[in-house]
Amino acid sequence: MSATSSAGPVLEVDEMRVTFATDAGAVKAVDGASFQVERGRTLGIVGESGCGKSVTAMTILGLTRAPNATISGRITYEGSDLAQMSDEDLRAVRGGGISMIFQDPLTSLHPFYKVGRQLVEAIQVHQPLDHDQARARALELLGLVGIPDAHRRIDEYPHEFSGGMRQRVMIAMALSNEPAVLIADEPTTALDVTTQAQILALLERLQSELGMAVVLITHDLGVVAEVADDVLVMYAGRVVEAGTVDQLFYDPQHPYTWGLLGSLARVDKRTQRLSQISGQPPSLISAPEGCHFRPRCPHEFGKCKSVPPLAPTAADDHRDRCWLSLERKRDLRQLADGRIGLEEPK
Amino acid sequence: MARYITRRVLWSIAMLGIVSAVVFAIFYVLPSADPATLRAGRSATPAQIEIIRESLCLDDPMPVQFVDYMKGIFTPLETCSGKGPLDFGNSIFQNNEPVLDIILDRLPATFLLVTGAVILWIAIAIPVGIISAVRQRSLLDRTTMITSLVFISAPVFWLGLVALYLFAQDVGLIPIFPGIGSYNTSDNLLARAGSLLLPWFVLAAATAAIYARYIRSQMLDVMTEDYIRTARAKGLSERTVVLRHGFRSAVTPVITLLGLDVGTLLAGNAILTETVFNIPGVGSEVAGAIGSSDLPLIQGIVLFGAFFIVIFNLIVDVLYAYLDPRVRYE
Repeated sequence: MSATSSAGPVLEVDEMRVTFATDAGAVKAVDGASFQVERGRTLGIVGESGCGKSVTAMTILGLTRAPNATISGRITYEGSDLAQMSDEDLRAVRGGGISMIFQDPLTSLHPFYKVGRQLVEAIQVHQPLDHDQARARALELLGLVGIPDAHRRIDEYPHEFSGGMRQRVMIAMALSNEPAVLIADEPTTALDVTTQAQILALLERLQSELGMAVVLITHDLGVVAEVADDVLVMYAGRVVEAGTVDQLFYDPQHPYTWGLLGSLARVDKRTQRLSQISGQPPSLISAPEGCHFRPRCPHEFGKCKSVPPLAPTAADDHRDRCWLSLERKRDLRQLADGRIGLEEPK
Repeated sequence: MARYITRRVLWSIAMLGIVSAVVFAIFYVLPSADPATLRAGRSATPAQIEIIRESLCLDDPMPVQFVDYMKGIFTPLETCSGKGPLDFGNSIFQNNEPVLDIILDRLPATFLLVTGAVILWIAIAIPVGIISAVRQRSLLDRTTMITSLVFISAPVFWLGLVALYLFAQDVGLIPIFPGIGSYNTSDNLLARAGSLLLPWFVLAAATAAIYARYIRSQMLDVMTEDYIRTARAKGLSERTVVLRHGFRSAVTPVITLLGLDVGTLLAGNAILTETVFNIPGVGSEVAGAIGSSDLPLIQGIVLFGAFFIVIFNLIVDVLYAYLDPRVRYE
């Protein structure tokens, strides 16, 4: 909508599809995901394990490329389509314009190399600095992510760091070339709750200082509520709802989102019981035809056998993939005690 | 690091003592027959047996014999039968020559054979292992893995004979390599190395195949690690990802295997290759000693071999700590 290119999205994903050929059949890991992120904003991608959110993130950087993978769609970054780029060209983007941090900081750093060396390596791939300059930059980065005593710790091995400190090292590494987009794939899942809060606060601070766009992948709605500006809810390879964080929490449109919200434990309200989503997510090899959520949805009706489009219903920038009418949804999502949840209609 | 190494060294010294004691038990305590009769050979007279009994001090009580034996190996002290250290006694069938002298005389040939073979098999196994892992299920991968299976299955003595039949200068169809016994007629290092070309290939073939498969499976494992994904996400070239991040991790367990293999080969495990090619090494010496029941010589070689294995184990442990920083802080 904006006329100036500078205010437009820095990364735009359009109809991304990723299919893996396996012995058991074709796994449709991502089935048409579209989204965009802008500088200074955080997009949260939520969903259960196996819903395709990590594959989506890794595909942006071509990390899912494999002989058995079929990838289609457009991934536009700085005017070029990353999906069509050669591995060679894509390497300049990886860790450069777009960088990534992963779920498990315990296994994501090479156990045999000192932290400093791994940082220097990341810096030198993209910047023409000699070793001393790169090391100075590495020290600066370790300071930036809040690692105390950095000049000593730079010569330590990953196993000498705690989980939270290792994730800080990963973040420092991801920031080493001042990326425009930072993709964080479950960055706090492997950490304990207090460390989690510190890492999230760090990410928020760095984002406001450096003005990056952040794509935050998580299964934790609490994390989304805390840091995301926009949210994408994924289910079984498809985006089922997309909107701002407020739209999603206060006016959720898709029954799956209701289910996610209903299963959130809250400390401020005492509820009789948490509502839950019965059943299991479908296999991505033989997902049900039509709406993928149909077998678990108590509000299913005839129309659900055909795939609903991801279309705006409640607002222009609030899209969802459900056949129910706006009025029906607002009626059905309300539980007896006033909360939002997914339950059998009375 | 220093503490780790000290601990390893002390443990290795203890190991040497334990191994020596076990060898003593095998050669002096466990045999039901009289050790002197066993050593005297098949057609010895009672007088000869008596001489051996005296020279080995077999009339002393067992504990005294044991202390004497250990003194002879580990200390520079006089013992009943000779003077240490590393006194393994004298050979019975080789003019009463000290066993240690015989072993030291045979060691260079074995050493040269093993060194060449190790270099060869490493030089083959590393590239084959890496490439077949990176190009898994490619034609190259399948070809090298099937070839390696052939070499693993082929017995060394058979492979040696085939190699001689095909390539040896004396009996071969395509006489391009020096043949049987050429080592004995070579008078300088270069000629000896030349005479060992064929044995090197034969000894290295099966091991190279095993190592290639091992490195391949290690690489396949390592390349699925999270830190490999991190390395790719950094924007490193695939070459750097494979070699600096993948191979660096995959090679560590290979070092362990290599240390043990080199140890056992130096200890006489190259017996088949040495026998087929008539190389005067420790392996062919032990074959001869077993043939003539030269017990002191067998015992000496067994002990010496065990020492090699213990020492190479120590080298591996120290190397491991150098290669894997996590080991140092155990």
